[in-house]
Amino acid sequence: MKLEIVRPGFTTTVQDLGRPGHAALGVGRSGAADRGSFRLANRLVGNPPEAAALEVTLGGLVLRASGLTTVAVTGASCPLSKGGLNGPITLWPGEELSLGTAVSGLRCYVAVRGGIDVPPVLGSRATDTLGKLGPPPVTAGMLLPVGPAPRAFPVVDLAPRAAWPDTPVLRVTPGPRRDWFASPDQLLSTVYTVSPDSDRVGIRLTGPPLLRARQDELPSEACVPGSLQVPPSGRPILFHADSPTTGGYPVIAVVEEEDLDLAAQLRPGQTVSFRPAS
Amino acid sequence: MTVRLLPCGRRAVLVELDDVLGFQAALSRLDLDGVEELVPAARTLLVRFDPSVTDAGRLGAALQRVSPVDSAVTDAGEVVIPVVYDGEDLADVAAETGVSVASLIERHTAGSYVSAFCGFAPGFAYLTGSDPALHVSRRSSPRTRIPAGSVAIAGEYSAVYPSASPGGWRLLGRTDVPVWDVERDPPNLLPPGTRVRFSAVPS
Repeated sequence: MKLEIVRPGFTTTVQDLGRPGHAALGVGRSGAADRGSFRLANRLVGNPPEAAALEVTLGGLVLRASGLTTVAVTGASCPLSKGGLNGPITLWPGEELSLGTAVSGLRCYVAVRGGIDVPPVLGSRATDTLGKLGPPPVTAGMLLPVGPAPRAFPVVDLAPRAAWPDTPVLRVTPGPRRDWFASPDQLLSTVYTVSPDSDRVGIRLTGPPLLRARQDELPSEACVPGSLQVPPSGRPILFHADSPTTGGYPVIAVVEEEDLDLAAQLRPGQTVSFRPAS
Repeated sequence: MTVRLLPCGRRAVLVELDDVLGFQAALSRLDLDGVEELVPAARTLLVRFDPSVTDAGRLGAALQRVSPVDSAVTDAGEVVIPVVYDGEDLADVAAETGVSVASLIERHTAGSYVSAFCGFAPGFAYLTGSDPALHVSRRSSPRTRIPAGSVAIAGEYSAVYPSASPGGWRLLGRTDVPVWDVERDPPNLLPPGTRVRFSAVPS
């Protein structure tokens, strides 16, 4: 069984749960940006949680199945040529499935029964767009191998999910360099706008600059996904799935791991704010 | 030794201290419950943990009691990197540091280096131990593409570019030794703690 990419959409990559544990080698976690939606897509087709699937940014993907199979689309809300979001969809041999442009949320996940079976690199099939590991981004005409169907069968017809919030609020805890800022609480009172140059590496936010209380250069230090790093512009970057393992700018706060899925669905131009985690 | 614990989300703590590798070596031996990963950097060690097993408070108390061990005991061996010293910035760096090109090469090959930490790109090791006379700033405008195998310096560090990438470091030369190869196990030739020497070879 193979999935043929008829049209790749805006940006489509192969993702799984990533390659945690290699940060000391300069290798980031990578993997699905919205891990909750990714896991759900796998569950809907009866796959184990670590099976590789497609992450489709803003929709636009068209694919064709070479044989009879089951797929599921989760994450951002987008029109489908067949079936619906958050439920298994049967594709007949040669049948196409097209995803329209996402209308709410940013990233869709397309899981196929058996998982995308490209060779793993350091234990993961994820494309790390910064570290250039794993398969290259998906292009038109690519034939993606699909693994053997798992023993488990899809058991859920529909897994309804709440709509993506229009003005999300992400929970933060203080970061290691909070004291490098003149008024760090400004982070919590500002409504930021998501910049169009956001990607899997980081979500760039625009708003009034956060001013520094100290001007020294910070020696590089390790960062985790969720870190809100503040470069000299004063405008925070929310480090996401493919963020670098070390950074040379101070981290003012860290977004809760549980809220990174929501952050992955932020669209350019959308507003976002932060509140302290209880 | 002073150890400062800095918060870093609910699943990690950043330890700021002098002897990063010594502290890491001691911590690895202790094998504390819930510790999942240690990520060294210039002056810090990130300790990532499983929040279902431990928390920042409990782990922090344990970290305060760690005494660094001599990291030489646990080092990852020595690697000699043959370098053709024909980098684009060789003459500029020699001029800036007030030595001849020959003397610059001699000083760079005389140093005994240690991989202090990795970052920037998979397999990019920050090597400390260079002659202080060779500490130069980065280029004010980074190059858009530096070939894999480039040997470069910036600040107190030397490095070998593991893959082609943009970069602002000053290029001294190049090596054929692949420092990063995903087909190799481990893929990284220069993990933290590795001792490194550079040797000049003809082009």
